[in-house]
Amino acid sequence: MPDDIIKLAHGGGGLQMQRLIEQELLPACDATYGRGGEDAAVLPGAAQIVLTTDTFVVRPAVFPGGDLGKLAVCGTVNDVAMRGARPVYLTLGLVVEEGTEIALLRRVMRSVRDTCKEAGVALVAGDFKVVERGSGDGIYANTTGVGFPLLPEPTSIHRAQPGDAILLNGPLGQHGLAVLAARGELELMMTVESDCAPLAGLVATMVEAGGAGVHALHDPTRGGMAAGLNEIAAASGVGMELEEGAFPRDVGVEGGCEVLGLDPLQVANEGKVMAMVAPEVTEQVLAAMKAHNYGADSALLGHVVKGPAGRVAMRTMLGTRRIVDMPSGELLPRIC
Amino acid sequence: MPETMRLHEQIGRLARQIAETANQPMAFMEVCGTHSHAVGRYGLKQLLPDNVKLLSGPGCPVCVTPTGEIDWAIELAARPETIVTTFGDMLRVPGSKSTLADQRARGALVQVIYSPMQALEIAQKNPTKQVVFIAVGFETTTPTVAVAVQHAAEMGLDNYTILCSHKLIPPAMMLLLESGEVKLDGFLCPGHVSTIIGAAPYQQIVDNYHAPCVITGFEAHDIMKGLYALVKQSAEGRAEVENEYSRTVRSEGNPAAREVVRSIFEVTDAVWRGLGLLPGSGLKLRPEYERFDAAKRFGLKPSGAGEHPLCHCGEVLRAVTLPVECEAFGVACTPEHPLGPCMVSSEGACAAAYRYERGR
Repeated sequence: MPDDIIKLAHGGGGLQMQRLIEQELLPACDATYGRGGEDAAVLPGAAQIVLTTDTFVVRPAVFPGGDLGKLAVCGTVNDVAMRGARPVYLTLGLVVEEGTEIALLRRVMRSVRDTCKEAGVALVAGDFKVVERGSGDGIYANTTGVGFPLLPEPTSIHRAQPGDAILLNGPLGQHGLAVLAARGELELMMTVESDCAPLAGLVATMVEAGGAGVHALHDPTRGGMAAGLNEIAAASGVGMELEEGAFPRDVGVEGGCEVLGLDPLQVANEGKVMAMVAPEVTEQVLAAMKAHNYGADSALLGHVVKGPAGRVAMRTMLGTRRIVDMPSGELLPRIC
Repeated sequence: MPETMRLHEQIGRLARQIAETANQPMAFMEVCGTHSHAVGRYGLKQLLPDNVKLLSGPGCPVCVTPTGEIDWAIELAARPETIVTTFGDMLRVPGSKSTLADQRARGALVQVIYSPMQALEIAQKNPTKQVVFIAVGFETTTPTVAVAVQHAAEMGLDNYTILCSHKLIPPAMMLLLESGEVKLDGFLCPGHVSTIIGAAPYQQIVDNYHAPCVITGFEAHDIMKGLYALVKQSAEGRAEVENEYSRTVRSEGNPAAREVVRSIFEVTDAVWRGLGLLPGSGLKLRPEYERFDAAKRFGLKPSGAGEHPLCHCGEVLRAVTLPVECEAFGVACTPEHPLGPCMVSSEGACAAAYRYERGR
């Protein structure tokens, strides 16, 4: 059954979304400025700039650990940061449904302000539209971010090299599970908070510690770490070997995932960065991550290997091996 | 972590004991999708000696639902007056022409729910709509559905029905032994199902077919303990019901849950994908609750639709064909474009093989 209409699975962050982007969206983009798949574009000019845009449709707009406003700033700030850049300017566009409470708008904007302040970005332009009741769902937001590279050669998902260490700044799956729990459709006996956080500061310390040895950075949002690692492995033409026992753990997330039949590796994050760094700087970068507020639980998960290109494998705690596959289809819609 | 280390050692020891005890080729089957996935996720088959095989059976409730019944769900979703509510696993399972996800994208009202009770809330909130719950599942799921129907009756809801595809596991286990299509030396019995049915239903399998049955849980050490118990029984020529999951499963099961099910449903013959019509292997609503039967209320007629010609889910469910032996596996059939349910469901054997074992 070929797809002739858009389905929720096309927004899931897995293979189907990747195909749709390649077939329907990328052809309209100017290939001079990048090959697609990166978190943000690096553009020439009097000074190189880093540019990205992102749209946020999370439901509910308020969830444990954050809200739409915080998410809209973090999502874009983090995408800029993933190019080894310092985010500087932000724009915000809002589409609000008739009937939405102004108190919600106020809350969202307060979060936007606070998060911009923490991330060190200035909100410099914006837009506001109202649509009739039923044409939207509360508030949708778009942010565009501009930043400046911290390194002569920007980090890129195409630059992971055999021998690189794979680092991660904390346990996986908190955002996806927090949003799912906040929908109140599940009687989950747990409180998981979203990890939603601006990572500009953490990335700056990593880049400072590792310099040109920091090769690739990526924030594992939709599709989770599984999608992120597969994307980097494919883009860089390398393989990856992970140690299950090395992953930072959140027992709340693990329990919730167990009940729902989800794999934390496939669940979305909004405050995580994974890094591929050269062996000679691994120790320094990991130490810098651990010293940062958003990296106390950082860990070395494994290594980039020559190949087979695109294959991400994991040694389980029992010493057996399994594949970490690209997720497919719709895991949880409207988590970001 | 010392506790993790202890578990590792325990699992290593069990693997050695299995290898030392297995004195002949042995093949066991798990009949629970959660077991299939745990085995794949932990890579447990890699810990077994060559002469001990672990096969996946018809343990995924979505997978054993025949195409005709999936078509019914899709047909119901296409009606303007209905809201179809379902567990998420069902969304992308291909019917003969379409899927529920397809229908939803085209405007049908299809809602993913996590508990059968949610369908009642949706029915209360939408009095002008007919709300249908796609009731798929084994003995673990049926008590919650029975309670939902009971509540619907008490509330006098007249816009709520279920499309009843509930199935019972022990009859399918016996059919597999009866057919002799695949040589089986015993069953790893499903932990969740057994919390409800207890140990007794497996006794007739042991008595009639001299096949060991070991109830076990879903952690790596549970599964390895269960396998060791099976290997030991086989090597010693014994056949008994053993409960390796006594921290959760009581031998009498959960009589209260069974009583709720019995008050709402009665046993009936049911068609299984891959296995065909099995006497006494399904549930239908008792006559006094028939008004909640979606097939009756909407006058659904059997479609007679078969499976996709390239799909071998039927053989996979009987373990006649292993997922990786199917010619469509990973080529014409992937989680992105599945031909059959075993590749779609999070409990399907093909999905597990694709996710964890492909090109390992």
